[in-house]
Amino acid sequence: MKSSISLTWRRIPERYRLEGNECLSCKSSFFPPRAVCPKCRRKGKLSPKRYSGKGKIYSYTRIHVPPDGFETQAPYFLALIDLAEGARILGQIVDCQENDISEGANVESVFRMIQKDDPEGLIHYGFKFRIVK
Amino acid sequence: MRDVAIIGVGMTKFGEHWDKGFRELVVEAGIKALEDGNVHGDKIDAGFVGTMASGKLIGQEHIGALIADFMGLTPIPITRVEGACASGSLALRQGIMAVGSGEYNLVVVGGVEKMTDLGTTGVTTALGGAGDQEWELFFGATFPALYALMAKRHMIDYGTTEEMLASVAVKNHENGFKNPYAQFRKKITIDDVLKSKMVADPLKILDCSPISDGAAALVLAPMEEAYSYTKKPVKVLASTQASDTIALNSRETLTGVKSAQIASQQAYKKAKITPKDINLAEVHDCFTIAEIMAIEDLGFFKKGEGGIASFEGKTALNGEIPINTSGGLKSCGHPVGATGIKQLVELSWQLRNEAGERQVKDASTGLAHNVGGSGATTVVHIVKRD
Repeated sequence: MKSSISLTWRRIPERYRLEGNECLSCKSSFFPPRAVCPKCRRKGKLSPKRYSGKGKIYSYTRIHVPPDGFETQAPYFLALIDLAEGARILGQIVDCQENDISEGANVESVFRMIQKDDPEGLIHYGFKFRIVK
Repeated sequence: MRDVAIIGVGMTKFGEHWDKGFRELVVEAGIKALEDGNVHGDKIDAGFVGTMASGKLIGQEHIGALIADFMGLTPIPITRVEGACASGSLALRQGIMAVGSGEYNLVVVGGVEKMTDLGTTGVTTALGGAGDQEWELFFGATFPALYALMAKRHMIDYGTTEEMLASVAVKNHENGFKNPYAQFRKKITIDDVLKSKMVADPLKILDCSPISDGAAALVLAPMEEAYSYTKKPVKVLASTQASDTIALNSRETLTGVKSAQIASQQAYKKAKITPKDINLAEVHDCFTIAEIMAIEDLGFFKKGEGGIASFEGKTALNGEIPINTSGGLKSCGHPVGATGIKQLVELSWQLRNEAGERQVKDASTGLAHNVGGSGATTVVHIVKRD
């Protein structure tokens, strides 16, 4: 998808540094950050929280038919990861063979290119994950 | 709220309509519904229409007015509603509330999607809008991938197998084979599904609903006036809707759709019935795993037992609870905005004993379950032969 500079620029804290937040009232962790805690609503106290990028795979798939902009990456793994500090996050698993991936596998985040708009457009960066043996 | 009845139904064949555009499809379905209900256009007070992505698919917005115009219904108000793949049911729900409240008397509701004017990549991108653009699609997720993540977890937690998933597609093609309105009137085997091209592991191309064109429409009237139009009105017992987080990563569970559980529980309560009273259901099988989760979420089977129930034929036309007699999204086709309305067209035909070869014997109460995105919206309707 071709996107504007501001659209990707405003997500740099989350996509580059895994900055989310947590509710100090109910101890729920969020990624991406939320403006309102869904449990406590206006009684919630939200505070920034930076995730280490370490976690465990909760579920995964291998995408063989990619969307626009991901053709050169296919097939690739996509997983839901339970982060060590409490939130669940969606991301690609890279540097990975079919036999390496399983539910419960430990992962760590890496900084990678996510997609390119077109030859003259933006190059988007952000987090992916790799298996820690 | 006064009781509301469906007095007329109509739909186009679902499939690839190279010779018909968006407006031709919706007008065809609308006129069929008016004719079926013996209603003249000048008696219609208002309309609601569901379409998910007409802007991205054909570059057309403002479709309420477009439809009023080409149906010859101006100056009545027609309003578009959108809730991804649940757009059709949302339109129906607006119509039911509008007639139920007494604001309008006769209302036409419709659903439509014209998808084949755009290439597959364009359609995939347009449908991606039903998920979280910034936190799912941005990272390379596709809709099959989101449902694959749910399928994988269902397999881990409950031992659901790829053969069980495949059995859903086989059964729906069996039903679609008997439906003249279905996109694919072709029987398939479990082996065909297992050997078909991998899309997002464990989902293969024959686990996925297709890209389709089509439209469907219903005419709604107050129950107390229904018999002045038709001998066989279908009474609406419940219309409910629930929401959940847009992205999968924030959900409480991956192996069920909470919005479907909540909307169906509310619907049973409103209708004063239990899942055992339902004779047949049209459920949202955008992917085979979605039907397995649906029959669990709706209370027809215990959580975790939907896969084996499907494999054992309990959801077949002659099974315990026939599911997707139309062929479902898988075989009948999935013109996204039209699906929720098509489900009620099929249920109406079944309850009126007009479903031909796929007729469920003595069907009196039916349920429709229509999901938007990966479960962020679910709409449930329960209808009964009067």
